[in-house]
Amino acid sequence: MSTITPEEVEHVANLARLEFNEEEIAEFTHQLGRILDYIGKLNELDTTDVPPTSHVLPLHNVQKADDAHPSYDRAVVLDTAPSAEEGYFEVPKVIE
Amino acid sequence: MSNSNYETVIGLEIHAELNTRSKLFCNCEVAFGTDANTRTCPICLGMPGVLPVLNERAFEFALRAAVALNCEISPACSFDRKNYFYPDLPKGYQISQKYAPLGRNGYVDFEFEGETHRTRVHQIHLEEDAGKLVHADVTGNVNRSYVDLNRACVPLLEIVSEPDLRSPDEAIAYWRAVKEIIEYIDISDCNMEEGSFRCDANISLRPIGSNEFGTRTELKNKNSFQHVLAALNYEEKRQARILDEGGEIHQETLLFDLDTGRTSPMRSKEEAHDYRYFPEPDLVRTNVSPDRIEKIRTALPELPAARRERFVTEFQIPEYVAEFLTATRQMADYFDETARLSNDPKASSNWIMGDLSGLLNSAGLQIQDTEVTPIHLSELIGLIKEGTISGKIAKSVLPEVFETGKSPRQMVEEKGLAQISDSSAIETVIDQVIAENSGSAQDVRDGKKKAIGFLVGQVMRATKGKANPQMVNQILRQKLESS
Repeated sequence: MSTITPEEVEHVANLARLEFNEEEIAEFTHQLGRILDYIGKLNELDTTDVPPTSHVLPLHNVQKADDAHPSYDRAVVLDTAPSAEEGYFEVPKVIE
Repeated sequence: MSNSNYETVIGLEIHAELNTRSKLFCNCEVAFGTDANTRTCPICLGMPGVLPVLNERAFEFALRAAVALNCEISPACSFDRKNYFYPDLPKGYQISQKYAPLGRNGYVDFEFEGETHRTRVHQIHLEEDAGKLVHADVTGNVNRSYVDLNRACVPLLEIVSEPDLRSPDEAIAYWRAVKEIIEYIDISDCNMEEGSFRCDANISLRPIGSNEFGTRTELKNKNSFQHVLAALNYEEKRQARILDEGGEIHQETLLFDLDTGRTSPMRSKEEAHDYRYFPEPDLVRTNVSPDRIEKIRTALPELPAARRERFVTEFQIPEYVAEFLTATRQMADYFDETARLSNDPKASSNWIMGDLSGLLNSAGLQIQDTEVTPIHLSELIGLIKEGTISGKIAKSVLPEVFETGKSPRQMVEEKGLAQISDSSAIETVIDQVIAENSGSAQDVRDGKKKAIGFLVGQVMRATKGKANPQMVNQILRQKLESS
């Protein structure tokens, strides 16, 4: 039994800006469904006495001092971009 | 509101950029107005494999705000990813707080139309700001947009109110009150022109008496009180008109055009509200102990409302004067100090609201920028009280102190402005004035009391305003009555 519908797969794909054909959607529905079923096994566990965990690391309150350090050189930064102009990253027009 | 069939319901999301030195999760400098993309690093650029670390001061500032806004503080607060695509958001998600935000269930009390109103604060949380988009101006190419990531990852405090506000004016009063508090606790510049203090407003209408909320629209990212007020007023009328005609309000984000005074739907992020929040795995939780909260609470400065009240009771000044004097923390500090030093709250408030404010306004300065310190101003008040200078001379001394930063006493000595209280010196001048104005002198002798004003004026002119006016009056009378 699949726990995810083709519509949900399409919706998630759309949010991730991915385009799939029908065949792919069917395939991913099957695959994601299996993954969810597998993870769903955890629900069988009795967790009554287990405290909620927000993080796997036994750490908390990790913070940095509020010090300003020199930033990266702009030329280096912009060099990583597909397109840059006049010190800015250049992107296709965004409609506001 | 013209149409009284509806009750207006407004909630605000206020954003304040925190005035830390560095960004929220990296050590790039927080700077306004620097060249584009000169304050970035792999962390705020969202490069793969980097590790964000929480800025301790940003967290401390946010805690301070949560306490000042009477929130319950999460004992273990955590961060979450809010996922969406936009070119000003390099990572494809914004690190924000959803499941365990810093504070919840707070409230703000503020004065509105002569009454104390309370608006509940739903939650207050910390998040990173996005970058800035510039359109066309950079190269003139209208088919491209340009991204500056200096602002990306700057610490942003979001204060979400409950939909407790019932009119656009009340919403603005609440917003102002929050701004005052944030300024008082010194965690943000609240510079509205630079966009470091802005707000989104949600507005809906419902039939009077109804407990259900109507469909709301959202007005985005406003950074001026007037702008928000105009937008809310327009939107309130627009929704009432649609409802009157039996139409339906669509839940949408609107843009308000200040020039046309109208709102229009923003064509943007489709499916934008499916943010798929999930816990940020790169940041561990932050525990806050009750001790720490208590420490912050006791270290908070006196907040504006409390200060206003104290000014009225302690200094016996009218409510509206206290209102003016507590508009900013700097102003309130200034008055507090001047009133104490001069031991004359009334004179202090008069000088601050009158001549000093006039000078500040014409120079475009704030009270904290002036050379006239509370010590100076109280000294000036003292000089009048001890009779060294008249109030009129004091009014001419203040601009000089404002210009030079010299002390009023020094100014008076340098310019020889001290009042002449030596009776023989005044007498000499009076004799001369009587001789030169024998007609007027005769009028006084004949019982025309008003003529004495002219003679006093002549004496003051001859002494360049330095003669002690009471003494001039008294000596003149004696001389004219005895002769």
